[in-house]
Amino acid sequence: MPVANFLLIACVMRNGKISPKSALLFLGLLAAFFLSLSIGSAPVPVLAGLFDWLTGQPGINALVMGEIRLPRTLLAICVGAALGLSGAALQGLLRNPLADPSLTGASQGAALGAATVFYFALLPGLGVFAPLMAGLVGAGLALLLVLWLAGSGRPALLLLAGLAVASLSGAALAAVLNFAPNPFAMQELVFWLLGSVSERGMAHLAFLLPALIIGGALVWRQRPLLAALSLGEQVAASLGLNVRRGGRIIVLGAAILVGSAVATAGNIGFVGLIAPHLARPLAQNRPDRLLWPAAAIGATLVLLADIIVRLMPPGREIRLGVLTALIGAPLFIRIIWKERKAWF
Amino acid sequence: MVLIEARDLALPNRLAGISLTLRAGEMLGVIGPNGAGKSSLLQSLAGLLPHDGEIRLAGIPLPTLASHDRARKIGYLPQFCDSAWELAVEEIVALGRLPWRDCNEAVIWKAMRETGIEALAKKQVNRLSGGEQARVWLARVLAGAPNLILADEPAASLDLYYQAKIMDTLRKHANGTNGVILAIHDLALAARYCDRFCLLKQGNIHAFGTPEVVLAEAVLSDAFGVPIHVDLNHSPPIILPA
Repeated sequence: MPVANFLLIACVMRNGKISPKSALLFLGLLAAFFLSLSIGSAPVPVLAGLFDWLTGQPGINALVMGEIRLPRTLLAICVGAALGLSGAALQGLLRNPLADPSLTGASQGAALGAATVFYFALLPGLGVFAPLMAGLVGAGLALLLVLWLAGSGRPALLLLAGLAVASLSGAALAAVLNFAPNPFAMQELVFWLLGSVSERGMAHLAFLLPALIIGGALVWRQRPLLAALSLGEQVAASLGLNVRRGGRIIVLGAAILVGSAVATAGNIGFVGLIAPHLARPLAQNRPDRLLWPAAAIGATLVLLADIIVRLMPPGREIRLGVLTALIGAPLFIRIIWKERKAWF
Repeated sequence: MVLIEARDLALPNRLAGISLTLRAGEMLGVIGPNGAGKSSLLQSLAGLLPHDGEIRLAGIPLPTLASHDRARKIGYLPQFCDSAWELAVEEIVALGRLPWRDCNEAVIWKAMRETGIEALAKKQVNRLSGGEQARVWLARVLAGAPNLILADEPAASLDLYYQAKIMDTLRKHANGTNGVILAIHDLALAARYCDRFCLLKQGNIHAFGTPEVVLAEAVLSDAFGVPIHVDLNHSPPIILPA
């Protein structure tokens, strides 16, 4: 589990010190990781299965672990980390705890791109990568439109432009669904959009992991700007930081993170909003220190939600995105309530 | 030694032909009616607004300086400050070290000592009074150890105790190789602390120089459009609408 290990090292070690809260956070992620590997329709010993798979031994244990549970678990971690990280970055950039990754329009753009390819069976040569690439391109195009519309890196304008592009992408997605060539394709598309990490393999992970690293690195390098933006754009500029350029890099990084996550797993709502909120006390409210704790909490949330999905009785499966939205929306309301109390 | 020099500084519809100098050890008060261009002048001098004309910092053209170099030399204190997040006072002050890419505890605590906020270090800034917050924002600027501080209305809406505290701290900073330029509305307070004045009116320099030249009754009355009574010999100086 290279991602979780990386997250563990990045967050737990700060200035050579291990914060107990951060250590607890990552122990939670580790526990969720092993819990996720141990849950399934067939009883499979986790460590033995992992060992068999890693050493290339044939058998049902290695097959279940390597082909089903491990990809699903790692994908849930990567998707959650990408959403948590992008949420933390965008909230820092926009100086707003209610900012959500979908506000860049990247989420809807990715959904539109993936859905279009999925639906019209475009780019057949790319196989399983076709909707993924299309999702990333969709997120990129949505982002370009947002940046063009905003005309600058100014957060307030970016927020408005993001909302406008999100609406536009949503309308285009509705049009794609409306003109579905057959009802089965439409149903499949709708289910895909509801979000899931099941029935995906290492190929999806091979797509998502580099996106997570690139997007994460872009955002990570802008930590000084995120810290300075706590005091506003003017102060950040006076501290020698390029607000416009840095803001664009953060939006680009967030779009890569969100775009790849949505293209891989559909819409997993509210994780990008809630994970930074839960991580904030661990980072002394510093937006620059929030990134990796938010990624770790996002990863744990999506993993736990996926475990709940799998523990549901067989029959009509609840989709992961639906579950995160059902849990996340009340938390969102709680944040608004708290903000309201702070104002009055 | 000239710390900063502006020549023919202009901003469309805001400033026109502004030329001024600030010497080391000096405190320059930028005064004038509302909308005269005081904040725009400070922002231009801080390198935050694109402008026409030339600004030199210790002889070096401002645009040729790397942004972090500029930020190490010029500390800018805006008129309105707030923190988007519930940060502790010491975290806010530490942000002043961003241009230096370090977290120099000694300098940070020195800045907090100079502004008298050591006891507030662990408190969240949003929960402090306006006067305490004003000192925190100033400490953030001091933590960057800049040669030049550009402060926009640092004492506005503060009570007399905090006005004196903030102005004393700025005056203390404007010594040796350092200097301060501040935009200020309270002319009597300015007269007590500033060495020279730049009086702006409608984006132009109406008067520039020593208190005796700029804070003359006729000059101020003309700039502000009301008769003004001035007594600079009184301690502290008196400047009031007549």
